Amino acid sequence: MAQKTYAGVTVDVNEEGYFTDPSQWTKEIAAEIAKDEGITLTDQHFAIIEFLRNRHLGGEALSIRSINHSGIIDVKTFYQLFPGAPLKKATKIAGIPKPASCI
Amino acid sequence: MEQKYPIKKVNIICAKGAIEDVYATLVMGNGAVMEGIETNLFFTFFGLDAIVKSRMDKLHTGVVGNPALRLPGGLRMPTLLGVIPGMEAFTSWMMKKQMGQLDIPPVSEFLDLITAGGGKIYACKLAMDMFKFKKEDLSEHVSGVLTVGEFYEKAGGEGSQIIFT
Repeated sequence: MAQKTYAGVTVDVNEEGYFTDPSQWTKEIAAEIAKDEGITLTDQHFAIIEFLRNRHLGGEALSIRSINHSGIIDVKTFYQLFPGAPLKKATKIAGIPKPASCI
Repeated sequence: MEQKYPIKKVNIICAKGAIEDVYATLVMGNGAVMEGIETNLFFTFFGLDAIVKSRMDKLHTGVVGNPALRLPGGLRMPTLLGVIPGMEAFTSWMMKKQMGQLDIPPVSEFLDLITAGGGKIYACKLAMDMFKFKKEDLSEHVSGVLTVGEFYEKAGGEGSQIIFT
């Protein structure tokens, strides 16, 4: 298993850089991963990250559609907050596995 | 992981209007948008039903001449059963119900998701003329009505793929 050091903390990640243990995640770590992705995190980013983490830890599948039901932001804003591949980037920053969903 | 020849753009053509044909296009299109790939969807012939406002959320699946269609439980559905009135509507309802359980959205909402991520939806001019559709009949997510030549122009570029579903 690979390891990476963010904000002075060593965490376990898989070969694609996704956390294998979401409990190792902190907000400081998130900010550093985001920086690598070229994103500066705002309160809005953290709100949706928290939503994704809660949903994942609650055992629910993540999909792009679920963002619309978050009550925090719509999908269009989600694409703007995490440009490119939003769900992949957001889950990486949120310290949870890459979504296995096709939707 | 760095790919040597990444797909940068996909141009997906949908020419059929059954649930499974339209969803093949929408799932692949939305998936591309989610990966950050530039995406153009081009609807032509019966595929136009997917972007005609009054029809898009009422698509059906064919129950006659579809040898892969199975009854609940896994037995093949005899083609003759398909001619029973209401069978097509029932099968289509079942398909939509199953898809809903997998968080697959209705067509109209799928177009919302795709365009929210920057994907573009186009209609084929020739098919529009043939079926006597007007621009007003189409979803507001449709960016334009294209000729074949205009479609190929939009499809150009390095790392671009044309997919016919």
